[in-house]
This record gives sequence, structure tokens and C-alpha cells, in this order.
Amino acid sequence: MAGNTTPTDFGNPVINWIDKRLPVFTMMQKEYGVFPTPRNFNYLWNFGAIAMVMLMVMIASGLVLAMHYTADTKLSFNVVERIMRDVDYGWLVRYIHMNGASMFFIAVYVHIFRGLYYGSYKQPRELLWILGVLILLLMMATAFMGYVLPWGQMSFWGATVITNLFSAIPLIGDTIVTWLWGGFSVDNPTLTRFFALHFLLPFVILGVVFLHIAALHVSGSNNPLGIEPKSDKDTVPFSPYYTVKDLFGVCVFLIIYAAFVFYAPNYMGHPDNYTPANPMVTPPHIVPEWYFLPFYAILRSFTIDIVIPFTDIIIISSKLGGVLLMFGSIAMMFILPWLDTSPVRSARFRPLYQKFFWLHLAVCITLGFMGAKPPEGIYTVISQICTFLYFAHYLIVLPLLNKYEKPLPLPPSIHEAILAQKK
Amino acid sequence: MNRFFAALTLATILLAFPAGANEAESQLRTPQGGWPQSGIFGTYDRGALQRGFLVYKQVCAACHSMNLLSFRNLASIGYNEDEVKAIASEYTVTDGPNDEGAMFERPAMPSDRFHAPFPNEKAARAANNGAYPPDLSLIVKARLNGEDYLYSILTGYTAAPEDMKMMPGMNYNDTYPGHQIAMPSPLSGDDLVSYSDGTKATKEQMAKDVTQFLAWAAEPHMEDRKRMGARAIIFLLVMAGIFYAAKRSLWRDLH
Repeated sequence: MAGNTTPTDFGNPVINWIDKRLPVFTMMQKEYGVFPTPRNFNYLWNFGAIAMVMLMVMIASGLVLAMHYTADTKLSFNVVERIMRDVDYGWLVRYIHMNGASMFFIAVYVHIFRGLYYGSYKQPRELLWILGVLILLLMMATAFMGYVLPWGQMSFWGATVITNLFSAIPLIGDTIVTWLWGGFSVDNPTLTRFFALHFLLPFVILGVVFLHIAALHVSGSNNPLGIEPKSDKDTVPFSPYYTVKDLFGVCVFLIIYAAFVFYAPNYMGHPDNYTPANPMVTPPHIVPEWYFLPFYAILRSFTIDIVIPFTDIIIISSKLGGVLLMFGSIAMMFILPWLDTSPVRSARFRPLYQKFFWLHLAVCITLGFMGAKPPEGIYTVISQICTFLYFAHYLIVLPLLNKYEKPLPLPPSIHEAILAQKK
Repeated sequence: MNRFFAALTLATILLAFPAGANEAESQLRTPQGGWPQSGIFGTYDRGALQRGFLVYKQVCAACHSMNLLSFRNLASIGYNEDEVKAIASEYTVTDGPNDEGAMFERPAMPSDRFHAPFPNEKAARAANNGAYPPDLSLIVKARLNGEDYLYSILTGYTAAPEDMKMMPGMNYNDTYPGHQIAMPSPLSGDDLVSYSDGTKATKEQMAKDVTQFLAWAAEPHMEDRKRMGARAIIFLLVMAGIFYAAKRSLWRDLH
């Protein structure tokens, strides 16, 4: 980068003056203007841009909310209601933020499954993928802490259940939980630190997103065929071709988002969170937000204590087992690039992988349904089967497919594939 | 085929997840004619809101607070400034300290909050056989299918089945979870209030009116929200159309 960029002539003396000293315009031109992008994206490739827009919407609406919010167990619930009732368009900003979290997760989940289907995590995009999983983890932490801030019943009890997971860590678990809470239960210190972290983490996400995009611009985008572009015929400049296509995709997504914000703003929430937090009254079912439900189901699927045979000594309690499984389910995604070593990326040319992909998606969705159910009877059994299938996909199916799957022949290049399709 | 699967999956995620998360627990009743505020174009019925306010004021307010509402909010259910002032002045509030450092009583003003029946939770429990009447400001949003649930509770007082053992001081209600509710039937007979617009104050009518009032109290900006929503979505549809046309014409030359 240092000083050897050839100055571009932008035709405007002010821009040229700035660009000569700080080549931001040259950079934008290179990375978003003429950046060669495979010409065969389908609409699933819109979700990266959509997720980016959602991050911006969340930061902007969150900033306004933070100006009116007060983190205090005695005030927070009513302060949020004051935003809803008395702050000009406060209801709008709050509903945008509340539903924005769900829409952000929808966009990111589609983005992730698109990556799974088309093998976007494979060489040379392993780091790009890992940064993406890191963003997901940060989003989960941010969303969880944000949900605590209105200090409703689900805020309080959700925080209690989730922070309590850390008590499963042997020996030091309880100490860690006390340290997280800043006391001996979820209380005012917990709320104030969650607010501080909820404000901080989105900017950490922004930083990782920057790295995610930087890595993307090194390797270039994957595409539905999963083969690298070989010549200019295979690519188009990012702008205007994909800027316009992304704008269209973003608009369609915003229509669905607006439908929720304006016509069903509480559909994805839980009624209990409109009751102020009460440590003395436990809600009948403590359910996390929908985007955590698959992980919640995995957490609860581990129902037995593993003991040393013929003794009462517990090696892995059911609680610790569940926590390990839950974090393990995300760990699978971190090591995925090394579990699936098939050189063919796109599921289009992997007949077996394609079937297992849809099975995996169905398993994840079923886990989501089970996460909303009480952990009893048939629901536990289904959760356990699905948890097994979830891990089997990564640890058994993918390594076996590497060995035994015979991929279909790949097309010679992207433009030839497009031409062949047109005939 | 795969596109179909993808669309199907997306639709499932969008629709089924939250629906699965919020399961109804008991059979709920909807009043005849449904709720005027539901649906995309639904608005509050001002007449019903004012009647409902009367029911709240004369029946519910004996035990239930509405801490999040001020008298000034009543302007948006159709009372004019003088009427709001008159309603507020029926109550006394403690204000102060004044220049001498003393607290004093004065008539309530539109900017004051609704008068709470009890000074604190302990007083409320002491007066109500140990039960705590919840604040009603958000009750419609704090219950699943809030309007139907509330209407069903209010009209759900029947005789307990023969084989049911009721705890002392509890009342049978066909909607309340567990069917034993501490609140005695609040709308026990017709004509508990007298409506000034000539509507007959039957039990069902009062239940329907007060439910609508409480729905408004929980979501006072609902009408603004829906109006703005229509504009926002039309705007986005037009923008999506423009971008789609631009995308089509741009990409046409390419293929």
C-alpha cells in the first residue's frame, strides 16, 4: 500500500488533491468500482450486503435508543416504555431495533447456509469463513445482552439461565458466574455491564466485518459453480452490476422487515417481556429469542450425567455436557474447512453432499422447533436425534463423503457454463 | 427444485419459528364482530375506547393501577382539553416540597399519571387477600393473544365443576391458567356503569369496551404505526421496482 498506488484521475481537483494524500477514492474504486466479481451470482449472494445494511441499521437505531435509555433495574423497564410512548417516533426506533435483531439473524443465517451449500468455506477462503463464524458469535453475545436491557421477565430469566451455564465449568464455575454477574444474582451490576458491552460489541463486529470483507477482497467471491473465474469473460465489475442488484435485494428485504416493524412488531418477541422483571416469579417456560432456539435445543438434549462406572462420581454432569455440546456445535463451523476436504466446492456438482445439506438444514430447523418446546417426552427424544444428526453431519458424513463421493464433472469456465445453459 | 426448497425453507423459518415459540394454552373467545383494531387497516373505535375508559375508571381502577398512563394521554381517545382537565381534577395528588419544605395536596393536572389505588404492593396485597392486582398499562401486550385473552378472562367466570376443589378465596375461571383466579368476577352483572352514548352496558359489552381501552393503553401509537407502514412499504415497493428495472436493463446487454 505504502505510496506506490498510481494516482487515478477523478476529474475533480478536490478529490484528486485528497486522493493523492489519502487514496481512499482509489481504494473504493478498486474494491467496489471495478472489482472483478463472478458474473453468475444468484440472489443468495445478496445476503452479505443485506447483513451489512442490517448492521448499519442496528447501530444507527441503537445509538438513538442509547441516548434515551437508562440502565438501572428500577428504571429500565419504564424508561423503555417512555421511549415507546413519549419520545418522538421512539416507538418506531425501538421496533426497528427490536425486529432488526431478528432480521439481522435471518440475513446472516441465509448467508451462512449459502456458504455451506456452495462450499464458500473451502481453500482459499478458510479465514474468511472463520471470521464470519466469529461475527456470528459476537452477534449472539450482543443480541443476548441487548435482550436483557428492557428488564422484562424474559430479560431477567433469560439472563439468569444463560449466565448460569458458566457454572457448569468444573471447580471454578461458580466463581466465574459471580464474576459475570458482579454479585450473587442477576442484578443492577449485571444490567449496567450488559449495557456497556451491548454498546461496545457492535463496533467490535464492525471491525471483524471489515476484516471479513478485506479477506473477501483478497480471494474474491465464490460463486454458484464454485470454480474460480479464469478470464475477464467470467467476471463483471462490481459496480454498477452488483451495486444495483444488491440495492434491489436490499429493498425486497426491507419490505419484509417493514412488514414486521409496522404490522407485527411483537410477532417475533415474547409477551412476557412486557411484564417487568421479577426475581420472585419464574415464568412457566423460559424461552430464548427464536434465533437461539436450535442451540437451546442442543443445550437441553444432554440429559444424563456421565459417571465413573460403579461409583457416584460424576465426570460430566448433564449441564456441562449440554454446554459442551452447544459450544461444540459452533466449534464444528470453525473447523469445517478441514472436515470437508473435497476439492469441489459447489453442491451442484456433489450429488450426495447436496442431499446431506438439505438434511442438515432440516435438522437445524427441527432443532429450532424443539428449542421452543418444553424439554419433556417426545421433544427431548427428537432433540437428541437431531443433535446426533447435527454432529454426525460434520464429524461422520463430511469425512466419509471426501472418500466416497464421486463429484460430477465441473464446467470449464463460468461463461461457458452460462452459454451452455442458454442453449 | 432447489430454489423451491430454498424458498420453502425461508418461509418456514420466517413463519413457523415464532409461531412454534408462542403456543396458545387454552381456548380463547373473540367477541362478535372481532376487534376493530386488528388487521392491517384496523383502527381504534373512539366510542369504545371512551366507554372502556369509563369501565376502567369505575370498576377496574378500584384495584388495578395504570402507572404508564397520564391523563393527557386521554386526548388521543377523543376527549378535548377541558374534558381531560375535568377528569384529572377528580383526583388529588401529593406534590411538593413547596417553598416551606412541606408536601401538599392539589387537584391532579393532565400531566399527572393515573391515580393508583394502592400506595405500594404490600398495601395492595393486604387489601386483596394476599393477591397482587397487576398494573394494566401493558396487560394486552403482556399476554399471548392479549385482547382475546382478556375478553375471555372477563367473560369466563362460571360455576366451578363439581369435582374441582377450589382454594379458599379463589374464583373459577374457564380461561385463567389453572382455572383458579384470585380476582372475583369484576363485571358480575349488567349496567355496572351507565354509558352516556346510549349503548347498553351488558357484561359482554363492558368486557369488549374495556379490552379495547386496554389495547389502546398498551399500544397508543398503533394507528400512526400502520399509517406510516403503508407509506414506507409503498415507497420501498417503488424503489424495489426502479432498482429491478435498472438491474434488468443493465444486465440485458451482458448476457
